[in-house]
Parts: sequence; structure tokens; C-alpha cells
Amino acid sequence: MTGRRLAWVMAAAVLVAGCGDKPQQNGDSQVVLIGQASPLTGPQAHLGKDNENGARMALDEINAAGLTLGGKKVVLEMRSEDDAADPKTATTVAQKLVDEGVVGVIGHLNSGATIPASKIYSDNGIPQISPSATAVAYTASGFKTAFRVMTNDAQQGTVLGDYAVTKLGAKRIAIIDDRTAYGQGLADEVEKAAKAAGGDVVAREYTSDRSTDFMAILTSIKGKSPDLVFFGGMDPQAAPMIKQMKQLGMKAQFLGGDGAQTPNFIELAGAAAEGAVASNPGLPLDAMPGGSAFKAKFEAKYGQIQNYSPYAYDAMHVLIAAMKRADSSDPAKYLAELPKTDYQGVTGHIRFDAKGDLAGGAVTLYQVKNGKWQTLETVQSGK
Amino acid sequence: MDIFLQQLINGLVLGSVYALVALGYTMVYGILELINFAHGEITMMGAMVALSVIGALALAAPGLPGVLVLGAGLVVAIPVCVALGLLIERVAYRPLRHAPRLAPLITAIGVSIILQNVAMLIWGKQYLPFPAILPQGRHTLYGASITDVQIAILLLATAIMLLLILMVQKTRLGRAMRATAQSRQVASLMGVDVNRVIAATFAIGSALAAVAGVMVSAYYGLAHYYMGFLLGLKAFSAAVLGGIGNLGGAMLGGLLLGLIESFGAGYIGDLTGGFLGSNYQDVFAFFVLIAVLVFRPSGLLGVRVVERA
Repeated sequence: MTGRRLAWVMAAAVLVAGCGDKPQQNGDSQVVLIGQASPLTGPQAHLGKDNENGARMALDEINAAGLTLGGKKVVLEMRSEDDAADPKTATTVAQKLVDEGVVGVIGHLNSGATIPASKIYSDNGIPQISPSATAVAYTASGFKTAFRVMTNDAQQGTVLGDYAVTKLGAKRIAIIDDRTAYGQGLADEVEKAAKAAGGDVVAREYTSDRSTDFMAILTSIKGKSPDLVFFGGMDPQAAPMIKQMKQLGMKAQFLGGDGAQTPNFIELAGAAAEGAVASNPGLPLDAMPGGSAFKAKFEAKYGQIQNYSPYAYDAMHVLIAAMKRADSSDPAKYLAELPKTDYQGVTGHIRFDAKGDLAGGAVTLYQVKNGKWQTLETVQSGK
Repeated sequence: MDIFLQQLINGLVLGSVYALVALGYTMVYGILELINFAHGEITMMGAMVALSVIGALALAAPGLPGVLVLGAGLVVAIPVCVALGLLIERVAYRPLRHAPRLAPLITAIGVSIILQNVAMLIWGKQYLPFPAILPQGRHTLYGASITDVQIAILLLATAIMLLLILMVQKTRLGRAMRATAQSRQVASLMGVDVNRVIAATFAIGSALAAVAGVMVSAYYGLAHYYMGFLLGLKAFSAAVLGGIGNLGGAMLGGLLLGLIESFGAGYIGDLTGGFLGSNYQDVFAFFVLIAVLVFRPSGLLGVRVVERA
């Protein structure tokens, strides 16, 4: 008998708790829901939580300052969901957010999760701003609702190819990629940009994202005496590759993308990593226009910044600024305002191009010096 | 010429690692007609165990010479792999010795998956760096370069293969192994303890795998729970290329596969004028394998075995 009574009590409790989840009209202020999606569990949970905190900080600031849309006082509430960095889970949580009635979404974190989720947001007319997805495919699908405040892979590749020729002074360039969508996409852009800048691509070789032996292709490349070897791929390949370059006595400069610009690359390659140059989209925190102020505010509240929280913070501000201009939180109305964004954020000047990509996104180049990644310089793409 | 020589060195080093692993496949196949798909994972385990020992030693006694630390890693990795090989044989293969041939093949694949996941649980999913403890010396030879590690791999692999041939041809155990390979029943009627011979075969194969695993991770400077899969597949192909069940065939097959891969990846782009790139290096290697098998179904050195009644 007690068991059944307990069940009733619990059911009632769930009902009461459930009520709290619905948008409420308390007094004359209206609650508006904003979605956030990122991996909150699993190996990337620290990055996902970081995004959530960045978005939440912006939201709290806007609420504290007071927001009025269409003559009504508005209180913003965040619905944060865990996509586990998994494409399938991402579509589930995207649908959940839509069903809960969010009017806009900050997310997702990974390209692989952002791309499938973007279709669901597009189908339901919900604007989405990703703080960190870099794959070209995200905005290439032509969805009117998809935006990002992060430099994409094509912009990064263009900067890399140009930098190799104009700044690193490479005339003869060898390009290797790992045949993944990321590696191949980046390498193709590097090749185009290097040629456009007057460089000569003397070799184009291929490997896989499972290989560790590059002696054969590197030997073949060595025979063409390049000044620079670019690799489009991740650190587990980049590290043995630079080691084998040293083993073969190659003097060519090593250049990589953000897949190689990791602490793990230095750990795996050891002394061979010295002198390698690699890029990462965006700015290092201390070079962001509002970096130090953001850092002080954020760390007082949430602890150390992991990576993308400044971008999530800016994305939230960009989203709400569009609502303010439209004087409405109705997605159908304020979506038209998003492409007109011209916002001076923590991470820089945010404007969108026709596809929803960040116009003139920044790419920062780093070099391994004394066993650490040191910032070389930041380059604006499209210049 | 220097490029050709360099590709030759690359191919020989890669090939001698393939050969060491291929020997493990071929020895077990020769005696049991079983393809031990878990063999690649034993190689991986050897690398992982040695890496742990080397990491611990490098922390505990940073002053020790690199070769000694590596030796300590091997000394631990070999018995661990031998024990693992014996355990797998006892648990997964011996109970199925009289079962239809497909059954042990399936358990072999099962064991391989289990080992991969165990390694992932113990050592994690990330790539582990191999500490830079070995001399980084590099020599130039007619424009081609060869490192101390490459020389060590070539010498060690050659020495181990010669010892193995000597063991199989000259010792009592070797004779018992050859007898068991020819016919298990007759060998056991002649007083050969077949179970012991089979166990010894697994033990020797696993020890070779441990050495190969340590070589691979020292050479490339990293280890990963998945590294045994592709290595195992290549070595198995090498064993088939040379004629599975034949020791000399495994060595020849391993070296050939290494050379084909190296020259294939190095020259295919230039030979076809960029039409086929180095992304076809595996296609090229397996095309050669198919071509050989079409003309010599039992491999280069394999002899056509009449099916037993």
C-alpha cells in the first residue's frame, strides 16, 4: 500500500516540477527560451560546459540589464542540452529543444553534431549560431537559419596557403592530406591559395587517418626538394610525420592546421616538433579585443576558460541583438535581422557573409619554440 | 639513385617488421590450420606493456641508458605476451580443436576484439608517446639516410629469423613441430605431446609479436590500442603472399610486401603522371597479392597440400 502511495506522491511531484519547465507569464514579464547544445558528458565535456557557461554569462548580463521586446518586459531562460558530440544524439536534442519552444539556439560545439542538427532547426525556422563548428559543410547546405561566429576550414586553408608563400617564403610546396573530409578540404584550400600567391605545388601525396608510416611518401617528396611540407590532418599522424621528416634529414618547414596545433602533437613528436608551424581558427584569448575583461569576469564565476566560451558569449549577444532590432522574439521576425549583424564582440568584429559564415574570420599561427606553442601572428581571412 | 636506395631501406625496415609478425601467423597456421586473428592484438599488447614499463623506468631512474630501458621493456613484454598467447590458446582454441574450422576462426576474431577493448580500458583511447630514450643517430649512405633505430630493427629481425630457422631445423622441439605440422595424429602416435608442441608454437609466435610490437612503437614513436589491427592484417597478407604455413615464405612475403608498399607509394604517382596517387598504395600492394595468388594459389613458396581425408 505504501508503495502505491509513494508512487502517487512522486507522480504529483513530477507534475509540479514539470510545470516549472513551461514558459511562464509572471506579472507582465514574458519568459523566452534560448537553447544551448554541446557535449556535456564524455571526453569533450569540459569544452561543452565551457560553451554553456559562456552563453549563460551573456544571458545573465542581458537579463540583469533588462530586456524589453514589443513593449513587454522579457526574461530570458536557457535550456541546455547534452549532444554527447554525437551526430545522432545531436538530432534528438535539437528536436527536443524545438519541442520545448526555444526561439533560438547557441550550438552545437562539433561540426559533426552541428551539421545534422542544423536541418532540424532549419525545418522549424529556429535561428542557430554555432560558436565553434568549422566544417565548410555546415553553412554550405544553404539553410537560412545557420550562422557561425567562428572561422571556417576554407578560410583557414586560404590563410595557411597564403602564409606559406608570403610569410614563410616557401616557393616549392609539398602537400599531404589524410583523405578525411577535414584534412582533404583543408589541403585543397591550401593548394589553391598557395598557387594563387605564386607558390609552386611540387607534390601532392595522400595517407590515411590510421597510418603511422610516411617514409615512402616523404622520400618521394624529398626527391622534389620542397621548402615546405603542409599536412592536412590530425596530430596522431602529424607527429610521426615530422619525426620521419627529421629521420630522412629533410630541412623543409612543417606546416599544419588546427588538427596539429595541439599539446598532444608536441608530446608525441618530442624534440622533432621544434620549429613546426600550425594554425588555429580564431584568436588567442589575450589577443581578443575584449579578452582580458572577459577572462576576469568569466573566471570569477566559472573558473578557467577552456576554449570557445568567448565565442559562445558573443553568439548569445549577437542572437539577442537581432531580437532587439526586430523588437520581437518571434523567430520568423528576428531571423531577417541576423544577416544584418554588425557587432563588436569580445572575439572581434562580427558580421556574416551571404552564407552565414563569419566575414573576415581570424586565423592565428603558432610555432613550437622550446617545446611549447608560441603565437606567431593573427591573420584576417579575406584580406 | 639516392631516392631508390632510400625507398629500399624504408621497404626493408617495414618489411622486416611485417615478416616478424607474419611468422606468428604462419607458424600457427602450419600446425593447426587456424588463422589466429588475435595475433595482431598480441603485437599491440607487447608495445603497450613495454611502453608502460619504459615510462615507469624513465620516471624512476631517469639516468639509465636508453638501450637498457628498452631492454627492460622487452624483458617484461615478452613474458606477458607469451602468457597471453598461451592463455588464448588454452581458453579459446584448444576446446574447439575438433570443432568445424569456422568455429575457432570466429573465436579468434572475438578474442581480437576483446583484447582491443581491454587495451582501450587500461591505456585509454589516445595515442601514447614512446619516450625519446633511444639514440637519434643518423647516417648518410650514398645520399640516403638510415637511423640507428632502423639499423637495430634490421639486425634484430634478421637475427631472430635465423635463430627461428635454426630452432625449427635443428632442435627436438623443432622436429616435433614439423612432425605435428605434417600430421597431428601420426605425430601423437609417435609419442609427440601435441598439446605441448602447439602451446610452444603459440609461445614462440607471441614472443616474436612482442618484439615486433616494441620495434614498431619505438620506430614510429607512438602506440595505440588499435595499432595491432592494420599491422596484423598486413602481416597476414604477407604470410599468404609467401605461402602460409611456410617459415621462409612468411619472411619473403613480409619483406616483399614492405618493398612493394614503399616503392608503390613512392613511385606510383610519378609513373602514372599523377593519375594514381599515393592514396593507391594499399590498392597496389593488394593488387600484387591477388596477382600472385591467381598464378600461385598457395603463395610464392607454398606447396600445394593435398586435402587430408
